[in-house]
Amino acid sequence: MEVSMTVNGRAVSADVEPRTLLVHFLRENLRLTGTHVGCETGYCGACTVHVDGKAVKSCTMLAVQAEGADVKTIESLASNGNLHPVQEGFWERHGLQCGFCTPGMIMASVALLDENNNPSEDEIRHGIEGNLCRCTGYHNIVRAVEYAGAKMRGEEPPPPDWEGGE
Amino acid sequence: MYPRKFDYVAPSSLDEAFEALGDDSKVMAGGMSLIPLMKLRLFSPALVVDIARIPGLDTLDDKGDHITIGALVRHAETAASDLIRSNAAALSTAAALTGDVQVRNRGTTCGTMAHADAVADQPAGALACGAVMIAQSASGTREIPASEFFVDSLTSALNPDEILTSIRIPKSGDGEGSAYDKLGRRGGRSDYAVAGAAAWVKRSNGSITEARVAVTGIGTKPTLAEGVAEALIGTDGSASAVEAAAERALEGVTVLEDLYGSEEYKSHLAKVYAKRAINQALASI
Ligand SMILES: Cc1cc2nc3c(=O)[nH]c(=O)nc-3n(C[C@H](O)[C@H](O)[C@H](O)COP(=O)(O)OP(=O)(O)OC[C@H]3O[C@@H](n4cnc5c(N)ncnc54)[C@H](O)[C@@H]3O)c2cc1C
Ligand code: FES
Ligand code: FES
Repeated sequence: MEVSMTVNGRAVSADVEPRTLLVHFLRENLRLTGTHVGCETGYCGACTVHVDGKAVKSCTMLAVQAEGADVKTIESLASNGNLHPVQEGFWERHGLQCGFCTPGMIMASVALLDENNNPSEDEIRHGIEGNLCRCTGYHNIVRAVEYAGAKMRGEEPPPPDWEGGE
Repeated sequence: MYPRKFDYVAPSSLDEAFEALGDDSKVMAGGMSLIPLMKLRLFSPALVVDIARIPGLDTLDDKGDHITIGALVRHAETAASDLIRSNAAALSTAAALTGDVQVRNRGTTCGTMAHADAVADQPAGALACGAVMIAQSASGTREIPASEFFVDSLTSALNPDEILTSIRIPKSGDGEGSAYDKLGRRGGRSDYAVAGAAAWVKRSNGSITEARVAVTGIGTKPTLAEGVAEALIGTDGSASAVEAAAERALEGVTVLEDLYGSEEYKSHLAKVYAKRAINQALASI
């Protein structure tokens, strides 16, 4: 069936089977492979994208459910070669190792900071509860989100752990 | 991981939805349980009827002496609502503790009721708060008390041609309070309930006059622990009275062990969480 939506500001439409998952529509029809597929059961969050401004797991949503929606993927964040503050935070604070969880982790963190740009460590951990990382142990991810929050508030980010931060 | 092939319709009115629903169809709201089950091919309906485009189902309304939660109100909205928090704290907390941010952004409060998972959170809140389920079909409307709604694991009292269009929750009055607490599968309060309990209590002149306590996670369905309520009523709600009442949390429940706990462990937890929920409900009055 025919489905139309806006993805990263661009109007797209395609003829898909009803069972096409949003994540496959993004990766295979639109070739936006920044969104990853991890567990495919709704648990790992690697497939997190924004639908109408809310973080959702695109492996647990049909493309046809996104009819008419405004979808944003990791590819929408950087502009003119400038990283989004959350991307910069992950870079600056080593918020990743293998990077598999990172696109989902970043999209979940962006949604969190869009609602509250000054979250406590507890709020950050709660906000990314739906995203699993098998490498980092989350510590540096939390630091990355704190870095991004500071940037988004126009403040100087706290120094990195290895320079006497927390 | 794809579901089997199915047809999909997204009707724009309840009447159209009733017409589409048939023997081999499934209603879809948020899809947070239906899609995983279809991917695992535990459910393979020929037709999915997506109710998300039906106008008027997405509101949470103050109706004077009660509140209604429409079929498309997401867990996140139930959790964020001041109206729910101040009148049905048990349901509010249960919604806030359902899954994770992404799950709460799509899954619906009515959907988790209809799904009737034995380890779900909000059904316990609905039982304790005395909710009534409003089921509509082409042949009319049925009002089903929460206490008769959860029939068995993944089985509610809904007929296949019915849509749970809303849930009605009485507003809380003087001296009433409720609470929900659980142990989650991932530790703390994260993920499905290994064991959880919701409690609603009414106190006047220093003694408990009414109570409803529900347990979840431990058996075949979220269940009202009637023995606990019976034991609480007439007491002053002291720590020892609550402790003694919570001892009856397993009456009428078939405790089942699962990957997350033995029968013995779950039995123990049910009492612990019944006690915690009652104490929190009393403290909130
Ligand atoms: C990763 C993950 C973690 C989760 N963690 C938890 C948790 O910690 N605690 C918890 O309680 N739940 C948890 N869930 C389940 C979640 O709460 C689901 O959202 C909820 O159970 C179903 O609501 P839904 O709107 O998504 O319903 P759907 O998935 O659309 O439907 C589920 C079932 O209910 C029926 N149905 C739905 N709405 C209606 C209606 N209005 N009328 C008639 N039938 C209807 C459908 O036909 C289907 O059989 C989790 C889910 C996931 C994917
Ligand atoms: S791939 Fe979607 S949650 Fe893991
Ligand atoms: S960086 Fe490897 S899974 Fe998170």
